[in-house]
Amino acid sequence: MLEPSIIKDEEVEYLIKDVYDMYGYDFSEYSRASFKRRVNRICLIDRFTSFAELRYTILNDPEYLKRFIEEITVNVTEMFRDPLFFKALREKILPQLGTYPLIRIWVAGCSTGEEAYSIAILLKEANLYHKSLIYGTDLNPSVLETARSGVFPLQQMKLYSENYILSGGKKDFSDYYTANYDSVRFDKSLQEKLILSTHNLVSDSSFNSFQLIVCRNVLIYFDRGLQERVFRLFDNSLENLGFLALGAKETLRFSKLDENYHQVDDQRIWKKLDHN
Amino acid sequence: MISNKENSKAELIVIGGSAGSLKVILEMIKNLDDHINVSVLLVLHRKAHSTNILQALLQQLSPLEVVEIDDKTEIQSNKIYITPADYHLLFENKKVMSLDSSEKMNYSRPSIDVTFKSAAEIYGESLIGVLLSGANADGVEGLEYIKKNNGRVWIQDPETAEVDYMPRHAVEAVKYDKIIKPHELAAYINQL
Repeated sequence: MLEPSIIKDEEVEYLIKDVYDMYGYDFSEYSRASFKRRVNRICLIDRFTSFAELRYTILNDPEYLKRFIEEITVNVTEMFRDPLFFKALREKILPQLGTYPLIRIWVAGCSTGEEAYSIAILLKEANLYHKSLIYGTDLNPSVLETARSGVFPLQQMKLYSENYILSGGKKDFSDYYTANYDSVRFDKSLQEKLILSTHNLVSDSSFNSFQLIVCRNVLIYFDRGLQERVFRLFDNSLENLGFLALGAKETLRFSKLDENYHQVDDQRIWKKLDHN
Repeated sequence: MISNKENSKAELIVIGGSAGSLKVILEMIKNLDDHINVSVLLVLHRKAHSTNILQALLQQLSPLEVVEIDDKTEIQSNKIYITPADYHLLFENKKVMSLDSSEKMNYSRPSIDVTFKSAAEIYGESLIGVLLSGANADGVEGLEYIKKNNGRVWIQDPETAEVDYMPRHAVEAVKYDKIIKPHELAAYINQL
C-alpha cells in the first residue's frame, strides 16, 4: 500500500526547521520527494494521524528523535550489492592501492556496515588487509551499533553469497561467519581494521585523507546543492590519484569537480587527477 | 463552459508494466514518430542486477533518444526514459528526477505506484498514466491517484495482455479514460 499523504508540503518545512532548531540535524537540503515519503511513512508505522501529533512528539520526546532519525534516513543495504562494482574494486582498484604502505578507506554513510564488511573481505583476499584501515561513518548512531555487532540476519546469506561469487569471490562465503539460529556473526577479524564513528555529511568536515572513498546510494537523498558540497568534502578528503566510488546510478557528471576526475571504465568509480 | 480536461496539454506519459509488458513497449517504440510532444517514462519490473541491456535494446528500435535515468537527471520532452532496476523514481519538480533505494513497495523496486503517485502530485492534469500487462497489483493504486489529481488513465485491454491480472484489476478499480490495444499505443502518443 502506498504511504498516505498525511503531511502537507509546508508542514514538511516546519518539521525540518523544528528538528534543526531543537536538535541540530539539518535536513533542509535533503531531496524533498524522498524526505516527504519518509515522513509520511513514519506517520503510518508509528500511527500519527496528523502533523500536530508527530510534531508534538518530536519536540517533547528527545528519545523519539533517535527513532525519527533512524526511520527518516534510508538504511537499505546489502553485502556486495552490485557485484560487478565489487569485482571492479577487486580487480582494478585494490591492485593500485596495494602500492601504498597504509591504505585508508572511508565508507561514508555506511549504515549497518554491510559494505564495510564486504570491503574488509576484498582486502583480506587481496592480502592487503593487514595494512589497511576502513573508516565507516553514518549520522545515525543506532545503525553503527548494528555494524559494530557484526550480526546480520541469516536469511540474507543466500543473496550475499551469490553476490560474493558474482564479485569474483573464490572462497566459501560461509567461511566468514558463524550461523546461530536466525542470525550469523561475522568473523571478529573483519572488525580489527574497522573504525566506526558518527559523522554527518551535511554538517561535519573532513577528518582524514584517504585513497578510496566509497559513498553509495547516499547522495541520492540530497538535493543538487548539497551533493555539490559533499563532493567538495570528498575532494578535500581524497589524496591525489585517489578513488571516489558512488552508487550505480549516481554521477559526478553534474558536478563542477568532474573535470578534475577521470572515470574508471564503465563503473561509477572516479580517479582524482594529479593537480598540485 | 467546455471542460478542458480532455484537451489539457499532456507533458508526461508514465508507462508501468510487469510480466508481458516488454512486447507492448517494443511495438510502441517502433511506431513512434521521430518527434513527439511529451516525455515518455517507463517503469518496468525487472531483475535487480540487470545491466543497460534494456536501454540498448530499445535504442536500436527507437526513433527517439532512450535514456536510462541517473539520479537528478533533468527530464526533457521528445525523449524516452527508463527507470533503472532496483531504484524507485520520484519527481522533485517538473524538471528533476531523484532515485530512491528505500524499501520495496508491492514487492517491487522500482514500484509503479510510487512513481505514479509522485508524478501525479507534480504534473496533475498534464500527466497520463498507462498500465500494461502484469501479474502484480502494483500500479493500480497509483492510477487512482493520477485520476484524483485530474490526470488521464489508459489501461491495456486485458484481453490483449499476456498476463491480465494487472490491467484487469485496474479496469475494475479505476475510472479510466482509454482502454488500449498494443498496436494503438504509439498512435495515441504521436497525436498528443
